[in-house]
Amino acid sequence: MIQLNANHFLYLLQAAQWTLLLSLIAFAGGSVVGLALALLRVSRIGVLRVLASGYIQLIQGTPLLIILFLSYFGLGIMGFKLVPIVAAGLSLTLYAAAFLGEIWRGCIEAVPRTQWEASDCLGLNRFQQYAYVILPQSVRLAIPPTVGFMVQIVKNTSLASVIGFVELARAGQIVNNSTFEPFTIFTVVAAIYFAMCYPLSLAARALERKAHAGR
Amino acid sequence: MSYTFDFAFLAERWPDFVAGAWLTVQLTVVSIALGLAVGTVCALLRVYAGRWVRIPVGAYVELIRNTPLLVQIFIVYFGLSSLGLKLSAEVSAVIALVVNMGAYTTEIMRAGIQSIQRTQLEAADCLGLTRLQTIVHVVLLPAMERVYPALSSQFVLLMLASSITSQISTEELTATANLVQSDTYRSFEVYIIVAVVYLALSVLYRFGFWLIGLALFVRKRKLGTAL
Repeated sequence: MIQLNANHFLYLLQAAQWTLLLSLIAFAGGSVVGLALALLRVSRIGVLRVLASGYIQLIQGTPLLIILFLSYFGLGIMGFKLVPIVAAGLSLTLYAAAFLGEIWRGCIEAVPRTQWEASDCLGLNRFQQYAYVILPQSVRLAIPPTVGFMVQIVKNTSLASVIGFVELARAGQIVNNSTFEPFTIFTVVAAIYFAMCYPLSLAARALERKAHAGR
Repeated sequence: MSYTFDFAFLAERWPDFVAGAWLTVQLTVVSIALGLAVGTVCALLRVYAGRWVRIPVGAYVELIRNTPLLVQIFIVYFGLSSLGLKLSAEVSAVIALVVNMGAYTTEIMRAGIQSIQRTQLEAADCLGLTRLQTIVHVVLLPAMERVYPALSSQFVLLMLASSITSQISTEELTATANLVQSDTYRSFEVYIIVAVVYLALSVLYRFGFWLIGLALFVRKRKLGTAL
């Protein structure tokens, strides 16, 4: 058995960088797909609305863990062998997209109807309406809940450990396997996660307060 | 792509899936009930208690909400056992889920309790209700009615999150899936089945919470209006 030493903590901090990278991948991917989903959810074409909401219901009704297993082991057996970071990035993207899509749909719908009507009267086409009138206003509404959801993304990257991607949680398990001091190690791991998530939580709360200051 | 789906293993292994799903239901129902109790008490403390109680409760909520459930489960299962407190996987899972659920419920119930106006409490005082009656009928039930949609989605999220307890060998649905797929090498099929079962469970839970809501909130059922 190896004594717990400073190198172990350095190793955990290094692994935390992978957690951050995976969070960024998930957030970037989730934003792109989520924006598309949000726009589909408010589309004028019924079929698109149904498809988008079906996707969201499907993802929100299945555990992220199962989505991870499906994309890693499932696709692997079907012949698409993904490396862990790709499988994890893909699953977290699909997952984040469903939640961000739903959050942003609410923000688009919260823009008053009269804004649509006014931009109609000015002769803007659908794209111009979104680009110049609706989306700039929804972005302001969307920022606080989006920052809040980033906390969920950072925490959920810990599940990537189950498919062998060495991020913070997996690194904790590895260190624990050689030193067997689970209480200390996982408390440190939790503290590192806390250090990443708590600023985001505080920011979300501050932004929320600022957004409601006018009311 | 030449992959043929083969669900033949189901004929033999379906009782495993049923048993796994049943344990998932048991785990989550217990965790939801206890978590709701913990969260409600903490929310009351967070709103009405003195500063020396409010601060630790707030710290508990923030610590839990900003760390992953997986790590919380590891601390309870591996951490506590290394300190000499040996718990079975199921008990550890329930403890971790209750602690986790309690923190989220505290935040949700706190929002509900803070939405109860002071005048309601004064009115209850004037009517001569006891402290307990006031808390139950004037504060808690109306507060819960207001945040019930948020509560029930949190409950469903907890049910889905209970899949994470498979990592400490709790033999629930996800662990069953892992076991069956390692026996049959039919991982894609196995995980699709389990995904469908989870989906069905989440629909079932939503329906169940809707029914409970109807039974619990008489006023809303009779008048059909929001509080």
